Amino acid sequence: MTTPRHDETPSARPDASEVVLAARNVAKNFGAVRALKGVNFDVHRGQVTTLFGENGAGKSTLMKILSGVQRPSSGELILDGRPLELSSTVDAQRNGISIIHQELSLAPNMNVRDNIFLGREIMGKSGVDYAEEERQTRALMRELEEDIDPLTPVEDLRLGQQQIVEIARALSVNSRILIMDEPTSALSASEVEVLFKVIRDLKARGVSIVYISHHLEEALTITDHAVVLRDGVMTAYAPRAEIDLEWIVRNMVGENFDLGQPPTGYAMGTPALELRGVSVPGAAGGMAVNRIDLSVKAGEIVCIYGLMGAGRTELMECAAGRLPRAEGQILLHGRDIDELSIAQRIAAGLVLVPEDRQRDGLVQTMTVGRNLSLASIGNFTRGLFTRSADERAIIDRAIREVTVKTDGPDAPIGSLSGGNQQKVVIGKMIATKPSVMLLDEPSRGIDIGAKAEVFRILSDHARAGMAVVYTTSEVGECLSIAHRVIVMRRGRISAEFTADATKEAIMAASGESLVA
Amino acid sequence: MNTNADTQDFKARAADYGQRYGILIALVLVCAALALANEFFLTQRNIINVLRQASINGILAIGMTFVILTRGIDLSVGSVVALAGVVSASLATTSATAGVAGAPYAFYIALSLGILVGMVAGWVNGVLVAYFNVPSFVTTLGMLSAARGLTLLYTGGRPVPSLTDEYRYIGTGDLFGIPMPIVLFAAVFVVALVVLTSTRFGRHVYAAGGNPHAARVSGINVKRVRMAVYIISGALAGLAGMILAARTGSALPQAGIAYELDAIAAVVIGGTSLSGGVGRVTGTLIGALLISVVNNGLDLMGVESYYQQVIKGMLIVAAVMLDQARHKHA
Repeated sequence: MTTPRHDETPSARPDASEVVLAARNVAKNFGAVRALKGVNFDVHRGQVTTLFGENGAGKSTLMKILSGVQRPSSGELILDGRPLELSSTVDAQRNGISIIHQELSLAPNMNVRDNIFLGREIMGKSGVDYAEEERQTRALMRELEEDIDPLTPVEDLRLGQQQIVEIARALSVNSRILIMDEPTSALSASEVEVLFKVIRDLKARGVSIVYISHHLEEALTITDHAVVLRDGVMTAYAPRAEIDLEWIVRNMVGENFDLGQPPTGYAMGTPALELRGVSVPGAAGGMAVNRIDLSVKAGEIVCIYGLMGAGRTELMECAAGRLPRAEGQILLHGRDIDELSIAQRIAAGLVLVPEDRQRDGLVQTMTVGRNLSLASIGNFTRGLFTRSADERAIIDRAIREVTVKTDGPDAPIGSLSGGNQQKVVIGKMIATKPSVMLLDEPSRGIDIGAKAEVFRILSDHARAGMAVVYTTSEVGECLSIAHRVIVMRRGRISAEFTADATKEAIMAASGESLVA
Repeated sequence: MNTNADTQDFKARAADYGQRYGILIALVLVCAALALANEFFLTQRNIINVLRQASINGILAIGMTFVILTRGIDLSVGSVVALAGVVSASLATTSATAGVAGAPYAFYIALSLGILVGMVAGWVNGVLVAYFNVPSFVTTLGMLSAARGLTLLYTGGRPVPSLTDEYRYIGTGDLFGIPMPIVLFAAVFVVALVVLTSTRFGRHVYAAGGNPHAARVSGINVKRVRMAVYIISGALAGLAGMILAARTGSALPQAGIAYELDAIAAVVIGGTSLSGGVGRVTGTLIGALLISVVNNGLDLMGVESYYQQVIKGMLIVAAVMLDQARHKHA
């Protein structure tokens, strides 16, 4: 644990030679909720400033204020030493400030060129000058080292490539200040490296960058300054060279944080889930999963680590019955489950907590309670009819068991935070009393406190005899509750570790390289 | 701070009540206004009349509710009304030329066959939508045309007249003084209400419409649910077609044209979301009653029927606009 020598807490009057854009005493209230409680923030000229913070800390709100999407309730913005009022995003762009949103805002039916010049088409003598737009698009793609044809429809691009198009669009308006909200969440490791190279080039050209990422390790490799936000208040400012990961985490959560240890003190049972030579065809041809053998015992927790596209998701979804497999055998407690539907696998004790919570995990139109009971409707149906008392008992137990913070079972599911929504998805599956639980990226997009709780829940159930397999793309999460760490690379198992492995060894086995 | 929270709480509750009872309040207000404007409106005869007029559209709209709850639409119900009507009538007619060999058959055979015709049409819709991924709008638009064509082929374009008295009972008879169409409408409503609120299948319908992906991961056979709702809609269209034929005494091949529009209108006015997963069959009931009351009221006041169509159109759009405004507040 380091303590920075230089405190970079902003001064009352920002020094315009170092700070290009500053926020002073900025507060933002939404009704009774105080999202920002008077924060100071400096964007360093020609450098990368990263804003760290948990979900709901107020990061996105601050970025929306800096980019003109929202106006602050009080406080001021200072651009180049002069007060600045932003009335809209167009106004912000006129001042050289652009934002790349977390959710992509591209028109999927239109091609790359048209998306980049959407709303500011280059006009020639007879209508839009498509040739010039195409030429500029090619130049941008060259700069980003992406081999994307300007005439490709955006819907045909991978998510990572779409992210690149979004970045190209921001570059094409010649921004002086570029705000990137989670730009790498959909990128593969090689695409992240390209992005980081682009960021360095932009810095060299004098562009100032504000960076936000949940991927702390990654953000640390690119940033020059670290700023931490917690519950609407800035808790720390420091230059990158003088801090480490632990410093950030401590300032984010306010205490030393521990994601837990592998549960011990009990005997593991017989193999609960066995995969024998399982292959799963990939969406783009070839095998996404290539002859994988894996056996997980009752009571055991196995972590599967790998980069995006390593085949983790396909492996999990195949075992759960969502994807067909090309070859191999899947055994649940020694029984071949090839013929079983998803419903039958759930009944047999095998459940999946899917990767994409919003798409595959929750029914947004239902209440918290109905989401929790969704997978166990049969357990509160007597004869033809559902019994509300029985259902209520199942819901109440689930809420207690996975500690969902909610106003009650009748609250809309959308009223919960990301972490609590994830607990609902897990609770829904736990309510079916599974013996094997697969979780695909259970910690994605949830804050560190909720992560720790999710891991505690899994740990408790493993101790009670459940076999747990979870995937992650954050190496720190491998070395928490898992008894065993499996590393996947290009559809195969590239290495296997015990709980005392090092992060470096795990990352090396995945084919990842740390950008120094 | 506290009062602020109280106000918000009050607003939230008001919005909730609005969502649950807004359309009911609208119905009560319209009825009250009509009762004041016209003394005939609240007579028993007129009330029975309103309910009877609502019953065929109401039965169709209840089937439509199931379909719309799963993010679908069934445009074919009007044509299925005619097809089921003529097929079942051809078994229940005493006419030598319009009937099938051996007609008239017992009324329950004729009625069962009508329901079966509706179910088969719905099954074809359902298979195409659920297993061949044809959008429901396209599938049922095709069925709208095909079923109408089959009706005309089957009858040669001529009505099927002279239905037996037993058969006509479902359209003209009564039970304890209540006309049979109303009794059947009420029965269909009660069964649909129970199915949607307290059976496993009902929960599956809401889940499959709210988020089909999540429903599937939770072990729900979404394809089967989607197929089932079209079969339900088809069966109810068959029932409605036979009530219509029984009421008029003969089955017309051009019966039921544009009935799908009134059915969709009742569902939408009743607050069911076209994007699926949200809605109540109670809302549909009130929506169907509201349409019927407005038509009746305008008739009583001597408003020309051309105006009635304009007013109904505005009613549909206004109901959805209110719904949108409510969601924005929530």
